[in-house]
Amino acid sequence: MKYAKMLLAAAATLSISLLALPAPAQEDPGPAAYSQSLKGKRVMLVPMAMGFDLAQGWSSYIKTEVEAFGGVFETRDPNWSVEAGAQAITEAISSDTRPDVLIVHSPDLNSYARLLKKAQAAGTYVVLIDNPANFAADAFVGSDWDRLGQLEAEAVIKGCGPTSSKKVGLVQGDQVNASSLYQYAGIMKVMEKNPQFQIVAKPDSNWDATTSRNVTTTMLQQHPDVCGIIDFWDGDATGAAAAIRDAKLQDKVFLVTTGGGEKAADCDNLENGTYGAVVMTDLHHQSRDINAIIKFLLQSGQPAGTSKTYIYTLEKATTKADLKPDSCWDLKSLQTAAK
Amino acid sequence: MRLSQEQIVASIAVLIFAAASFALPGFFTPENIVSIVRSISVLGILALGMAIVIIGRGIDLSAVAIMAMSVAWYLQLLNDGSSDGAALMLVLAGVLCIGLLNGFLVAYADVPAIFVTLASGSFVFGFVRSQLITQDAVPVPSGHWLQSLGGLRFLDIPVEVFIFAGLAFLVFLFLRYTKWGRYVYYAGDNPVAARNVGMPIRPMLVLRYVISAVISLMAGLLTAASLHSINTRVVNSTLLYDIVLVAVIGGIGLSGGKGGVRNVLYGAALIGIMLNAMTIIDIPLIYQNLIKSTILLAAIIIDGFLNPRDEQTAQQGDI
Repeated sequence: MKYAKMLLAAAATLSISLLALPAPAQEDPGPAAYSQSLKGKRVMLVPMAMGFDLAQGWSSYIKTEVEAFGGVFETRDPNWSVEAGAQAITEAISSDTRPDVLIVHSPDLNSYARLLKKAQAAGTYVVLIDNPANFAADAFVGSDWDRLGQLEAEAVIKGCGPTSSKKVGLVQGDQVNASSLYQYAGIMKVMEKNPQFQIVAKPDSNWDATTSRNVTTTMLQQHPDVCGIIDFWDGDATGAAAAIRDAKLQDKVFLVTTGGGEKAADCDNLENGTYGAVVMTDLHHQSRDINAIIKFLLQSGQPAGTSKTYIYTLEKATTKADLKPDSCWDLKSLQTAAK
Repeated sequence: MRLSQEQIVASIAVLIFAAASFALPGFFTPENIVSIVRSISVLGILALGMAIVIIGRGIDLSAVAIMAMSVAWYLQLLNDGSSDGAALMLVLAGVLCIGLLNGFLVAYADVPAIFVTLASGSFVFGFVRSQLITQDAVPVPSGHWLQSLGGLRFLDIPVEVFIFAGLAFLVFLFLRYTKWGRYVYYAGDNPVAARNVGMPIRPMLVLRYVISAVISLMAGLLTAASLHSINTRVVNSTLLYDIVLVAVIGGIGLSGGKGGVRNVLYGAALIGIMLNAMTIIDIPLIYQNLIKSTILLAAIIIDGFLNPRDEQTAQQGDI
C-alpha cells in the first residue's frame, strides 16, 4: 500500500505539474500580420472592357482571393472606351473609398500615364496587367509580348515546314496598342533569323473580325501560296479563319494566334482545326501572380510608386497535338461557380 | 456640263479601279472582284436601310447597335437552349419594337431623328449587353443553319453578294414603283407640303425606321453566318460612319428627297475598291482611315455646294 500511495502521489504531482506548466501553444505571428495589413483593403480592376474572356477570368480569380482576405473587390467596365476608362480611374482616385490597389489593363502606351501617376501620389499602388504602358507602375503582370511574338513566329515556321512556300502573312491589330507593336517586333526578330521565310503582307484588322476576314481574303488572293498566317488576337482571328475556310485552304494555311486560353475561344478551335497553334496566356497562373503582388504590396509598407517589378507570364504555343484537358479554362464553369 | 455628285463619285471609282487594275497585279481578277463586292455586301445592305431613312429626311444611328445586339441576343438564346423558331421570333419582335419606337418618337413625339436613334442605339447596346448576353463575342452553335448559310456559294460567289443584290433590287422596286416608296421622296423633300396634299406622313415615317431595323437584323445574321460568331464590339467601331459615308458619298443628300439605290451602289463600289486597293498596297490602317475620312469630308463639302440647304422647307432639327 505504501508503494501504491507513493505511486499515486507521484502520479498526482506529475499531473499537477503538467497542468501547471502547459507547453505554450506556438502562436504564428504571420496570419495576424497578414490579416492586419490586408483586411478591408480595396482592390479595383479597370480592364479595357469587362465583356471578354481575359477580363472575366481575372476578375473571377482576383475576387475570390481579395474577398478571402477580407478585402473589397470592385471592377469598372469602360467597354473599350479610353475616355470611360480615364473617367473611372479619375473618380476612383478622388472618391472617399479610394482603392488601395488599382489594377489597370491599359488600352495603349500613354493614355493613362498621368492619371496613374496621380493615383500613386494619392497612395494607391498601381498594377498594370497584360498591356504595358509608358509609366512606372508598382508592378507589371502579363505577357512579354515580344517573346510571345517570337513564339508565334516559331510556331508558324514549324507549322509551315521546311518544304513549304515559306511565305507568311500577318494580320496585325493596330499601330498604337503595345501588345500589337511588341508582338510584331518579336515576330520580326525570329524572321530575321530565318531569312528563307518571308512576310508577304501585314495588314491591320483593328481587332475587328470582319476586317480581318476582308484583309485575309485579299492576302490569300494576292499570295495563294501563303503557308501560314499569324493573326494578333483570337478575338478577330475568327475572321482570318473564315477567309481561309472560304478559300478552301484549311489544309494548306497554318493559322497561329494568341488568346486568353478560354475553352470556346481557343481549345475548341484548335480541336476542330480552325487554328494551327495558339500562344495561350495561362490565365490561372497569371491571376495568381496578380494576387501575389497585391498581397506583397499591401504588406510591404513601402510608399506607392517606389517599386518597379515585372512579372512575365510563362507562355507557350499549343497545337492540337499537345492539347490536354486542362490546357484551357472554361468561362462557363467559372461563371456558374460564381453564382 | 455640270457633273452631279453621283457622276463624280462614279468616275472616281472607275478611275481608281482602272489605275489599280493596271498597277496592282492580282487586282483585276474575277476572284478579287468577287471579294471586293463581298467585302462591301454587309456594309451595302446596311446602307440601303440608311438610304431609305435619309431620303425621307431622317437618319438612323441605331442601325449598327440593332444589327449586332439582335443577333448576339439570338445566338445567346440558341446557346442557352431555346428552340430556333422561338428565339428568332422573339428577336424579330424585339427588332420591330425598336424600329417602331424610333419611328414613333420621331413621327409623333417630334423628337429629332438624330437624338432618338442615338439614344435608342445606346439603349439597345446597353440593355442587351448587360441583361441578355454574357460576353462581347457570341459564337454560332455548331451545326446551326447560319454556319451552312455562310458557306453557301453559287458559281463560287458567296451568298452575301446575292442577298445584297436581291435587297438592292427590292429597295429599288419599293422606292420607284410603290406609292409609299414615291411618297418617301415627297415627304423627304418637303414634309409640310406632302402632308398638306394628304399623304400619311407619320405612319410612313414609322415604316421607314421599321424597315431600317429589319434590314439591320439581316445584315447581322449575314455577318454571323460568315464569321461563325458575332462580336458586339462592332458597335464601338467606325462601321456606323462608314454606312453614312456610303450613302452620302454616293449622292444621297442629307437634306432628304434625293437619291436612290444607284447612289448606294456607287458609294459602296468606291469604298470597296479603295479599301481593297489600299490593302493590296499594304497601307497601314491609320492611313486608310485618314484617306477614307478625307474623302467623306470632301463628299460632304461637294454635297453642300451641289445640294444647298433649302431655306424654304428647312426646319430646326434637320441634319
